[in-house]
Amino acid sequence: MNTAVKTLTLSVVAALAVVGCGKKEEPAPATQAVAPAPQEMVVKLGHVGPLTGGIAHLGKDNENGARLAVDEANAAGVMLGGQKVKFEMVAEDDQADPKVGTTVAQKLVDAKVAGVVGHLNSGTTIPASSIYSQAGIPMISGSATNPKLTEQGLKGIFRVVGRDDQQGPAVANYLMSNAKPKTVAVIDDATAYGEGLANEVEKTLKAAGIKVLAREKGTDKTTDWKAVLTKVKGARPDAVFYGGMDATGGPLIKQGRELGIKAVFAFGDGACTDKMSELAGAAAEGLICSQAGIPVQAASPKFLDGYKAKFGIDPILYAPFTYDAAGLIIDAMKKADSADPAKYLPLLEKSSYQGASGRIEFDDKGDRKDAEMTIFAMKGGKVEPIAIIKGGQSHTVGDYIKAAGESMAAAGGAAMDAAKSAGEAMKEAGSAVKEAGKEGVAAAAGVVKEAADKAKAAVGK
Amino acid sequence: MDIFLQQIINGLTLGAVYAIVALGYTMVYGIIQLINFAHGEVVMIGAMTALTVIAGLAGSGVPPLVIVLAGVLAAVPVCMAVGYGLERVAYRPLRHAPRLSPLITAIGMSIVLQHVAMMVWSRNFLAFPQIFPNPVFFVGGAAITGVQITIIVLSLLIMGALTAVVFRTRLGTAMRATAENPEVARLMGIDCDRVIALTFIIGAGLAAVAGVMVGSYYGIAHYTMGFVLGLKAFSAAVLGGIGNIAGAMLGGFLLGLVEALGAGYIGDLTNLCHLPWQPDLVAARCAADGHLVLFGSNYQDVFAFLVLIGVLMFRPEGLLGERVGQRA
Repeated sequence: MNTAVKTLTLSVVAALAVVGCGKKEEPAPATQAVAPAPQEMVVKLGHVGPLTGGIAHLGKDNENGARLAVDEANAAGVMLGGQKVKFEMVAEDDQADPKVGTTVAQKLVDAKVAGVVGHLNSGTTIPASSIYSQAGIPMISGSATNPKLTEQGLKGIFRVVGRDDQQGPAVANYLMSNAKPKTVAVIDDATAYGEGLANEVEKTLKAAGIKVLAREKGTDKTTDWKAVLTKVKGARPDAVFYGGMDATGGPLIKQGRELGIKAVFAFGDGACTDKMSELAGAAAEGLICSQAGIPVQAASPKFLDGYKAKFGIDPILYAPFTYDAAGLIIDAMKKADSADPAKYLPLLEKSSYQGASGRIEFDDKGDRKDAEMTIFAMKGGKVEPIAIIKGGQSHTVGDYIKAAGESMAAAGGAAMDAAKSAGEAMKEAGSAVKEAGKEGVAAAAGVVKEAADKAKAAVGK
Repeated sequence: MDIFLQQIINGLTLGAVYAIVALGYTMVYGIIQLINFAHGEVVMIGAMTALTVIAGLAGSGVPPLVIVLAGVLAAVPVCMAVGYGLERVAYRPLRHAPRLSPLITAIGMSIVLQHVAMMVWSRNFLAFPQIFPNPVFFVGGAAITGVQITIIVLSLLIMGALTAVVFRTRLGTAMRATAENPEVARLMGIDCDRVIALTFIIGAGLAAVAGVMVGSYYGIAHYTMGFVLGLKAFSAAVLGGIGNIAGAMLGGFLLGLVEALGAGYIGDLTNLCHLPWQPDLVAARCAADGHLVLFGSNYQDVFAFLVLIGVLMFRPEGLLGERVGQRA
């Protein structure tokens, strides 16, 4: 296959994605990326998540989110320093293994990527982050929630989700107000994420005077929880919290119910997916779990439609956040008019970006300001969001989506408004282009193109 | 007390599976002194095959019992074919090679089978379909599920049947003769290659059943599920005395019990708050939490290998190892 044909195939794939004909497109692997036309500048963006192992489905979900953002930017056409830019995604697999995570990080540094979206697990992100930071490459994780990540004082390390010292208290408080437990058993999978989150939950529970049993542990590959759960059962807890992923959480809740444990089960974000009911069946009903951000359903319609159209499936967990992470990097590059990390990093730090998961600004550490937390419950085999916690306030999901819309409409003049109004108009088609043009704000050019493409897509449909 | 009983039930279930898998190790070792490290992978292939068939038939209106039987009946021949293939392709050409060569080949075959399974069944954790209601019975406060009862009863039946085959049939006599001395057995008119191949096939058939047991017990299957299971079953075989059929059964159940009781009680046993005398630091933590545990249940997987090391150090022939004549 010669280069011309490859380029053609790639552009056809991209075109199909933009037209959004609803066909399922397997994204072209990174290695297939080709030498561009001479005047195009290639900017590489890395994405890392586990693409093999028990949580490969979540890794793929994260990768899809980032890929969607990259493809949209390519389709819209980005000019940096007077040169047309083609973003190329280098997708790597860290197997959710901290050792592999650092190897892969070094690989991306050697490949001279301009920015990294990832990793998925806290356990892989924390050791990898120092490698990126040393190389001066900005990294934004869309799902690593362990507080340590941004407490290392590293430059250029960000996350667009909340922290476990927000998530832990959120889920613990919800558990306390609803189940009113006297004794709680806390179990974790001995990973940086699982143990860290379990510690936060335990801290909150203890502060409220609730008795917490001695910590029980498995590993991130444990399938036999019977011995641990039998011991837990003997202490008759009213609630069981597990810090770990869905691949191990599914067997845990199933075996717990088999043993006749009547306690309420509460899990963290790693086990807050529909996969839980697939693995545990009816035993998963009533499970309470949390996510360190808004629920997928509350992401912007533009993202949800785009994802479904490109991949033919619905996003699972943190795809809106990796989508935003990639969007943030590209946005900062546009503002700096350069893909050089040294030039765009200062602008990335000062970002005020309207993404699929809402408005994103970073604090001094690189954490997302005022991040949301969502509490879910398993109903009929699906995790349903029941409350969104923002700034200490609990909202229902419907209210939250409405309020987000209102607050955005109220704030005037900003680029976000142009995007928002254009976004709304896009659905009605036609007038969107004019409106966004009238606002005449920064980033309007990109929005116009997007709107035009969307309009085209609508006509195409 | 109900907790202790519950851990015994957990241990017996686990032990029944270990015993069935350990039989595959011990039969092969008994007859050609080869540790077939790929045996755990045969268990995994059994689970995966049954999962595929059961998932395919589920919801088709076929009665659940028929679906499960179809799953087992598909898994057994597939595993037997894999077992025979292993013997034919990987071990028979090395029959007269130094003992290390087939051992390394076995490890290689284990890796090959794992990765073939990964390509066929993906890298994801697959849900083992639950098409039967799984009733839970309470005995003295301890829960035992229908699946657990089935596993324990079925494993005992299989062990009985296998013992009958080895000690009551012509094939069994031929197997024992080959184990005793292959050269003399050949002189007596026994086709040793055929007997060895049949041993592999029987072991693989047992592995298939074990695979279905593990899959339906945990409700989950993964291409790496056979590896640690295989190592533990191997430890069980060594504990009982490798090459000894009764030893594998005993070793399997013992190991299951050690694991369940160990994981269940190590936390309490190493809880420093139970010490009669406590340093101030410990006392402070105990006053705050009521527990300060040195080793927790995360050491569950360690017990099997502690047992293995202990046996090799103090009684290398295993618990029943001295009855050499009975091995097959």
